[in-house]
Amino acid sequence: MKIAIPVDEKTLESNVCVSFGRTPYFLIYDVETKESIFIDNSAAASTGGAGIKAAQIIVDNKADVLLTPRLGENAAEVLKPAEIKIYKTITGSAKDNIDAFIDGKLPLLDEFHAGFHGHGGN
Amino acid sequence: MRIAVLSGKGGTGKTLVSVNLAAAAKASTYIDCDVEEPNGHLFFKPEGVQVEEISVKIPKVDHELCNGCRKCVEFCNFNALAYIKNKLIVFDDVCHSCGGCILVCPESALTEKAKVIGKIKKGVSGEVAVWTGVLNTGEATGIPIIKKLLEESSEVNKQTFIDCPPGSACIVMESIKDADYCILVAEPTLFGVHNLNMVYELVKLFNRPYGVILNKCLEGENPAEKFCLEKNIKILGRIPFDNELGTLNSNAEIAVNKNEEYRELFSSLLNKVTKEVQHETTTNP
Amino acid sequence: MKQLLILSGKGGTGKTTIASAFIKLADAKAYADCDVDAPNLHLITGWSVKPARTDYYGLPKADIDPELCIKCDQCRQNCRFDAISIDEKYKVDPFACEGCGVCEYVCPVEAITMKPAVAGELMLYSDGEKVFSTAQLKMGSGTSGMLVTEVKKQMKATAADAELAIIDGSPGIGCPVIASLSGVDMVLIVAEPSISGISDMERIINTAAKFGTKTAVCINKYDTNIENTEKIEEFCKKQALPFIGRIPFDSNAVKAINNGQTVVDIDCISGTAVKEVYHKTMNLLFEKGGG
Repeated sequence: MKIAIPVDEKTLESNVCVSFGRTPYFLIYDVETKESIFIDNSAAASTGGAGIKAAQIIVDNKADVLLTPRLGENAAEVLKPAEIKIYKTITGSAKDNIDAFIDGKLPLLDEFHAGFHGHGGN
Repeated sequence: MRIAVLSGKGGTGKTLVSVNLAAAAKASTYIDCDVEEPNGHLFFKPEGVQVEEISVKIPKVDHELCNGCRKCVEFCNFNALAYIKNKLIVFDDVCHSCGGCILVCPESALTEKAKVIGKIKKGVSGEVAVWTGVLNTGEATGIPIIKKLLEESSEVNKQTFIDCPPGSACIVMESIKDADYCILVAEPTLFGVHNLNMVYELVKLFNRPYGVILNKCLEGENPAEKFCLEKNIKILGRIPFDNELGTLNSNAEIAVNKNEEYRELFSSLLNKVTKEVQHETTTNP
Repeated sequence: MKQLLILSGKGGTGKTTIASAFIKLADAKAYADCDVDAPNLHLITGWSVKPARTDYYGLPKADIDPELCIKCDQCRQNCRFDAISIDEKYKVDPFACEGCGVCEYVCPVEAITMKPAVAGELMLYSDGEKVFSTAQLKMGSGTSGMLVTEVKKQMKATAADAELAIIDGSPGIGCPVIASLSGVDMVLIVAEPSISGISDMERIINTAAKFGTKTAVCINKYDTNIENTEKIEEFCKKQALPFIGRIPFDSNAVKAINNGQTVVDIDCISGTAVKEVYHKTMNLLFEKGGG
């Protein structure tokens, strides 16, 4: 099973990033092999639709589960057909959250905020 | 003759000025381009309102023809498309209606459909034709609505007053693009002057003739007046800070219809503005 | 860090006047001006150091190389934003260009490239103790939503340990407002007792409700129209929105602001009322078990 987490730095000890769409990196953690891969989030530089692009990246990297503090409704719409389960993170590092998830302690994330339309009146 | 009324800062009196000038001019057209928060209609209470829906074109996918090449997903600069589990998803709210994905699709799997983003309401209040643009909440941009409003107004023969949105971003630019003259409404506060400067730069950039109306004037030094004198900007007139005017305005009443004094005030402002516009159009056709 | 955002819907109700007073009362270590179109907070926060400035790039803009252009007109015909015109040479209007890339795609001779375009400037004031983040959108630009996000990001990154952050918002209900709403703990709506003000207030409450953020309402210049003030209070009761105070119209407030001071720097009736609203807001913001 592969777990995706938005992180501020490329380490397991990194804090979970408060934003999904504009996180600098994603950690993809393989539960079976215990391998960690960090990918750059190219969506962060987008002026708009960052959540959509970031979600596409997660899907393309074959994640099964996403751990995130919050998620926009557009990103959720991308993850739904891909059948990726979404859980809400707790304060702490990526490692803390992976452990908590494996122990079944993380709740499902079921509240999605409205899209931000990063672009403006143009 | 199309006269745009703008201010930079919110709450300085754009609607007060544009509504009352239109009412004083009698046979005129009032156009509300502040599509996010339109207010003019609250004063005019127009009747016989006809509604026209405004829509933009967004892509529609034929899943049978789509072969998953993802050229559209790669092309879209706005991230409005995603390809998940062999299905293309379109995000209506994020789409900018550029038509690019339809062009790049090698299988002609994408066509266009209309998405309603707001409306234009046209009604009448006495002799004033009242046109209001309304953007639906959650929509990204009101520009298509403003474009339609101004396109249709070009055929109107009467004096037209355009109530602009606050600020100086592209939505304001769109509102003044075809104006014959711009009235900048200024208030005598530090913030007011700071923002007046922004719209002053904007009208200069767009080469629109302009003049200032000083609103909420009190005794003593007026920083907005000082700014106009320093920059040699024409002051068209002054509206005093007046509790009664404020009360009428806060109750959405049109001052010129309620009080002889205000009727005179705005009529003379109107005369001044009309003279200025005529002067500008003859010297700078 | 608890974040308080001040919004209004209608312009000119007093967001910046109240935000600046709150910042003074709280001795806030972190604050931001998210009205990137028409920022005003910096005019009364009295910083003596110069800010760090960063260019903000919005959407790229198309650029046509006249040497390569064969005037086939494909770009102009395909541009949905009327951004391409002919004036001897084919030219792109940078204000109308949305950076979609269609012209670049259709040009048969590769005469068009998308070039990065500066859409504004971020400014960060900091002196080791306090942090003030703001930005100015370039005139005629769009993409203000993302710039707002950058303003908040810049503030949070520099003042990570601050307990409280106060954010001055922008008028309207569009992108910059939506972007400012993300991640805040509470929204204080400054309402004005006019028909226009009420209409705009309802639209902004509607917009904020989509985020499920704790929202409270106060009325500024309440005595300019008692009837409308009561209407607003009724509305809040019906909607179960905490109503946390009335601030009177005060000509001394204007004098203070024009002097570069906040209303709590001088002795005046609006200042006294703002202090009460401030305390009630802080109680609501920091209350335990709040939604």
